[in-house]
Amino acid sequence: MADGLNVADTFTIAGKTFTSRLIVGTGKYSSHLVMQRAHEASGAEMVTVALRRVNISDRSKESLLDYIDSRIFLLPNTAGCYSADDAIRTARLGREAGLSNWLKLEVIGDEKTLFPDNEELLAATKVLVKEGFVVLPYTNDDPIACRKLEDAGAAAVMPLGAPIGSGLGIQNPNNIRIIRESARVPVIVDAGVGTASDASLAMELGADGVLMNTAIAGADDPVTMAEAMKLAVRAGRLAYLSGRIPRKMYANASSPIDGLVGRDVQKV
Amino acid sequence: MNIRLNGDTYEISSALSVTALLAKLQIDPRRVAVEHNLIVVRKDAFDRTTVNEGDEIEIVNFVGGG
Repeated sequence: MADGLNVADTFTIAGKTFTSRLIVGTGKYSSHLVMQRAHEASGAEMVTVALRRVNISDRSKESLLDYIDSRIFLLPNTAGCYSADDAIRTARLGREAGLSNWLKLEVIGDEKTLFPDNEELLAATKVLVKEGFVVLPYTNDDPIACRKLEDAGAAAVMPLGAPIGSGLGIQNPNNIRIIRESARVPVIVDAGVGTASDASLAMELGADGVLMNTAIAGADDPVTMAEAMKLAVRAGRLAYLSGRIPRKMYANASSPIDGLVGRDVQKV
Repeated sequence: MNIRLNGDTYEISSALSVTALLAKLQIDPRRVAVEHNLIVVRKDAFDRTTVNEGDEIEIVNFVGGG
């Protein structure tokens, strides 16, 4: 670790190495073209996608995949699944559609909060790991849940910062810090980011990466926000690696105490 | 004869392969995944998998998501 911005700082999930620690979504954009430009500005090397039925009666819609750079790695999700069985079924279809065994595993427990159902999530993780999936579970900011997922073979854990799409920022920074301290797999803060400082905070707490969708897609200017997020993730990461100063209750002057004008010289 | 296609009734004139069904629907087989009676059909099995009367078919593709 040296040389500031020139430092090589990659992270690896299940043997695949990434340079960018920002993972972004493909949903909610005003157009495919805006999404494409936002992806470019974000520098992301991995994007999430959802799996839905093909519209049989109207085949006119352009394919999302035409607007995703072929160098970007696709991470299918199981968004909208409320049981382990549904998530497993979707995962198997996603593997066939994308020809990769990577998966953002979501099992939702409640429509209003979209909080994960950790019991179903853990059950689905166990099955899918056995089937050879690289499972990245979206989970609560609960260190115990994360530990259980890791023990079940999850390739990373993805605790939420706040409810999906809420933009509330990291609600429980201390839990994210504890999860990072105890986990032996990468920790990716997934959901809840509202603006750049939220992404920085996640990284300053030691997260290995941040995953977001709405914060970029829902911004007035998604392309500029995507760049802000890229810089924020990088800034937070460098701050984390640099080792911040301890917090103190009172001031500690930055300028020397000695040599102030108008004071008598102290004789020892 | 009828099949269930993406949760809806769909009429076919006779039993046909998944490949033929996709062609009929003008769907690029490279871009989708197909489930036949709750079992995922591998792409290399599209030709030899037959869709019969009453079968349930799901055809899915990637859409935007987070």
